[in-house]
Amino acid sequence: MSVPKDKITVEGLTGDAAIAHALKQADLDVLAAYPITPQTIIVEDYQRFAADGEVNAAVIPVESEHSAMSACVGASAVGGRVATASASAGLALMWEILYVAASMRMPIVFTVANRALSGPINIHNDHSDGMGMRDSGFIQLYCQSSQEAYDTTLMAFRLAEHHDVLLPVMVGIDGFIVSHNVERVEMLPDDVVEKFVGVRVPIQNLNPNTPLTLGPLALTDYYFEFKEQQSRAIMGVPKVYKEIEAEFEKITGRKYGLFETYKTEDADIIILAMSSMGGTAKVVADALRERGEKIGVIRLKMFRPFPAEEIAKAVGDAKAVAVFEKAMSFGGAAHPLAVEVRTALYEAKERPMVLDFVVGLGGRDVPPTTFVDGIEKTKEYLKAGKAPKYETLGVRK
Amino acid sequence: MATEDKPAVSIKDMLKREPILSSGHRMCAGCAAPTVVKLMGMALRGPTIVCENTGCLEVATTIYPYTAWKIPWIHVAFENAAAVASGVIEATKVMYSKGRYEHEHVDVIALGGDGSSFDIGFGAISGAMERGHDMVYMCYDNGAYQNTGIQRSGATFTGQETTTSWAGSKIPGKLERKKPLAEIIAAHRIPYVATSEPYNYRDFITKFRKALEVEGPAFIHAFSPCPRGWRSATGASISLSKLAVETGLHPLYEVINGEEWIMSGPSKRIKELKPVDEYFKTQGQFKHLFKPEWEDFRKRIQDQVTHDWELLKKKCGVD
Repeated sequence: MSVPKDKITVEGLTGDAAIAHALKQADLDVLAAYPITPQTIIVEDYQRFAADGEVNAAVIPVESEHSAMSACVGASAVGGRVATASASAGLALMWEILYVAASMRMPIVFTVANRALSGPINIHNDHSDGMGMRDSGFIQLYCQSSQEAYDTTLMAFRLAEHHDVLLPVMVGIDGFIVSHNVERVEMLPDDVVEKFVGVRVPIQNLNPNTPLTLGPLALTDYYFEFKEQQSRAIMGVPKVYKEIEAEFEKITGRKYGLFETYKTEDADIIILAMSSMGGTAKVVADALRERGEKIGVIRLKMFRPFPAEEIAKAVGDAKAVAVFEKAMSFGGAAHPLAVEVRTALYEAKERPMVLDFVVGLGGRDVPPTTFVDGIEKTKEYLKAGKAPKYETLGVRK
Repeated sequence: MATEDKPAVSIKDMLKREPILSSGHRMCAGCAAPTVVKLMGMALRGPTIVCENTGCLEVATTIYPYTAWKIPWIHVAFENAAAVASGVIEATKVMYSKGRYEHEHVDVIALGGDGSSFDIGFGAISGAMERGHDMVYMCYDNGAYQNTGIQRSGATFTGQETTTSWAGSKIPGKLERKKPLAEIIAAHRIPYVATSEPYNYRDFITKFRKALEVEGPAFIHAFSPCPRGWRSATGASISLSKLAVETGLHPLYEVINGEEWIMSGPSKRIKELKPVDEYFKTQGQFKHLFKPEWEDFRKRIQDQVTHDWELLKKKCGVD
């Protein structure tokens, strides 16, 4: 079933360009977006495809990100296949509508080149934008490479539009680190993509033949039921995602899972990180293993819904999980990713120590030495039998 | 809905049309907004989708699990109906071209109150007008954020008392002038802009139909009295609409392509404006203006209204 090699197009693409190609092949009906670095290439490339007649979609160059997400909701309500792209402050401006989009159960694919939130204003990568929309009801998938961005964008349409899901999906790539770096990307032939992503089949759309009222007022007597249903829908996502990915794997041979595990089986210490940090972490694990240290890596892809049980299983009887994350929840008991991981592991028989290292804010480089620092600290904390709730690494204090 | 060749402008034809809003909605007694919406319904010509901002009309007509709307309707948020409508329009067009939507053309109407149109949603309207989507945006203007409890908006008249522009011992209500929204939208050089109100219903319906028929964006500024917020008699909303025209507070006109200004019949027939005092006397929200200390302030409001009226006459080429 897998696509023969000679049908695959191989190109050197940035993460943004890879996403633009996926959007092109997914046969969108509407793309509504507003420019913001480092997402801009996605829309620029897509506009070029439109200018050359390579796509049959309406591109709405809206006057703000708030309107971008609003136009996406309108287009999705009609039954269209819809996408947008943003980052950082732009994503923050959408915030109100993110919640509405999810609550109204609108399939929308939202590609994000994750970037630090202001202030100070900063164009580089961290995950504060993604974590800022953590509770919006969007599915969140973080990618490590341009290839994964391409693959995930295609799968995202299947996931969002699946009748058991009907939720918007965020596909995240690290701003500049992935969005602007050129990597080898294998692209599927158009007909294969067409067959895989299919055509959206809306169930209840805005249509003069069957008038519907969408987005009504629901007060104390019904609001909670809407939320209950929404919660059930997102909790069913892993099952659907696995089915879609299994199909994708048959075609491409590639799969990522809800998270990727690397040498975790016998690991004493497991590094848990998202997106491009996953690549560095694996190199660090290899290097430390040469010294006889049993280090493994979990590179989390699906942050929402959070695969708590699966993570607990994958951690197994490791002594410690060192979380490296690129966001802060100011004043929190810990930071967003570690809070999830600690909760996931609370019930574990042999509860491992969970360390929370905040790194890389505002695009601060996270080199292998930062991971090594974290591992060294983890070993000390294991020996001492206690650790701080979190700490920052790679910052002047 | 079957295609309607002509708008229903006679009472006889209006009675034959099914209203787009059912009775049993929960708008306040005397509110003009449902009348404005029903008049809008008389102008429709075929398949239509309504996108609405948050506001009185939105919350009171769609309290789940009920709806008063008989045509497809969507609400997303307070400030974005113009953006939602942009998405609806472009999606229907593309989907039709791919054989995935039944209607070749759907009339798309965006609706908002004055708060969401003059203030918080202004950017979204401006953007939609600039991009040229074929929509009708209608603002029903009841002069304040009535839904949240009568706070001042950019549409609030000078001297009007609201819960954020109190008439106190030092300040006589709102000090600033009303934002000339229709003129600002006309400056976008869109095909059609008009002002309307429910007393002159033929004028209203005819204009709304024109707005639907032009290709590209159109904007309607509809005056809509609010007895609750204005402290006016519940039975007076239609006569207050008439008085707003006669005093020059809400003159009726059309602007074609941002260039051609046309004074509409009811305003054109005015020989001399009625004094704004006549309008102010009908409503509790202006009663402080008749205190002796605000005599000069009230006169200045009159001067402003007269000045604006003369300016409009000049633009419309009316002597």
